[in-house]
Amino acid sequence: MTISNEWQPSGSIESLVKRAKILSDIRQYFATEKVLEVETPTISPSTVTDVHLEAMRTVHTNPLSVKKTRLFLQTSPEYYMKRMLCAGFPSIYQITKCYRDDEVGRYHNPEFTMLEWYRLSFSMNELINEVDTILRLVLDTPACDKTTYRELFLKYLSLDVKSDTDLKVVSICKKFGYEDLVPSGFKDMLSAFDRNMLLQLLFCEKIETRIGRERPIAVTNFPASQASLAKIDPSEPWSSLRFEFYYQGIELANGFEELNDADEQKTRFILDNKQRKEGGLEVKPQDVKFLNALDVGLPMCSGVALGIDRLLMLALGKKHISEVLSFDFAAL
Amino acid sequence: MAHFSTNEFKAGLKIMLDGEPCNILENEYVKPGKGQAFSRVKLRKLISNKVLEKTFRSGDSVEGADVMDTELSYLYTDGEFWHFMNNETFEQIAADEKALGDSIKWLVENDTCTITLWNGTPIVVTPPNFVELAITETDPGLKGDTAGTGGKPATLATGAVVRVPLFVQKGEIIRVDTRSGEYASRAQK
Repeated sequence: MTISNEWQPSGSIESLVKRAKILSDIRQYFATEKVLEVETPTISPSTVTDVHLEAMRTVHTNPLSVKKTRLFLQTSPEYYMKRMLCAGFPSIYQITKCYRDDEVGRYHNPEFTMLEWYRLSFSMNELINEVDTILRLVLDTPACDKTTYRELFLKYLSLDVKSDTDLKVVSICKKFGYEDLVPSGFKDMLSAFDRNMLLQLLFCEKIETRIGRERPIAVTNFPASQASLAKIDPSEPWSSLRFEFYYQGIELANGFEELNDADEQKTRFILDNKQRKEGGLEVKPQDVKFLNALDVGLPMCSGVALGIDRLLMLALGKKHISEVLSFDFAAL
Repeated sequence: MAHFSTNEFKAGLKIMLDGEPCNILENEYVKPGKGQAFSRVKLRKLISNKVLEKTFRSGDSVEGADVMDTELSYLYTDGEFWHFMNNETFEQIAADEKALGDSIKWLVENDTCTITLWNGTPIVVTPPNFVELAITETDPGLKGDTAGTGGKPATLATGAVVRVPLFVQKGEIIRVDTRSGEYASRAQK
């Protein structure tokens, strides 16, 4: 009889030694920079409204009451960390587990490790430079390139995302054989949900695979409709102060010059939910404590989330996220 | 037929695409930052045998294809159809030239072939990995030659032409790898 090997860790000892080294280097870096390490809960009674993020759920049973509390596992520690900043904490960082439902693949594990940090008074550009510093430290990469979302679409697809019509977006999708993904009944207008879906398709398939091969690249100014929690760029108001880092086909970090207008934040929650409804997804409750904190005031800051597991894949040249985790989802 | 969602896509699943049954080879999950997730699927069209990549929106579903493989033994051809038999039920099935394609040249009576049926009709005939066939025509090799010196063409009983070592002669039976169309060895006596 053969004994199954399924009990074994998915990552090698070499990978996990490197993980420990990277975590220690990152903690060392932030200690030198006097950025405070914090821990926030990974559970919350509310979750994000992001159109394309789904949270896992759990339930807490109170021994002193019949009441059961529904809880979401965090998709990122953003709201708790911003509540700390609103309460007067200095620049903070944490390395924490995040959970996302409905995500598993070569670059996705449903439970993963995130490095998230917030820098008071930093602009988007200053934070991009700091991400680059950390990549150089950990991956020994050359200085990163910088470009905008619009420039990439112009360069690779001759599509101007700022001014081109939905008809143009659809015609490019059809040219690449994506006619099945164009909503049936399309005449000349797409919903915001569908326009973003098609732009994301083109970005994924025709751009992401071609950028950041030699050195990391920071992509800035995502369309306002994909701003998430970023400020609108005052000089290019069709776009937002959101950036992402790509390197060797991997999306590594996503950051914002943070939106700190409570009313605008409420409007975005409502817009998200409107898009969720249009897309046939469940509507999510707003995080009221987070909104109340923003009402008191989030200081000017920039924040970014960086995937530690993907960073490790790059550091070790691994092809699958399972190779850098102690136990990946399939090994549970 | 059942519908399958992209999260049920895995290697070997048969789905319908452009009216043709396809076999899924790979399914990769892709997702841009904070955006819509997609499935990048590599598949093989079973009739035209073309391999292609197709991107689906994560969660979309497509119709499954009623495709199954059966092991049948080859009987004979009447010139229009090639007849196969299930050795357990003795049921017979006829495949046309389109389903046979290049496999025609590897059909040996009584060999077990894999017949792929779509809605009960044969669409692909896959011969065994190795077949044994007699050489009907080849140049006499020079005496003293050994294997591995380039070889020479040989015509087999089915009309197939393969390269064989110089020492192999007309009338001999050889073993051929049908996947590569290459000579493997002389047949065991």
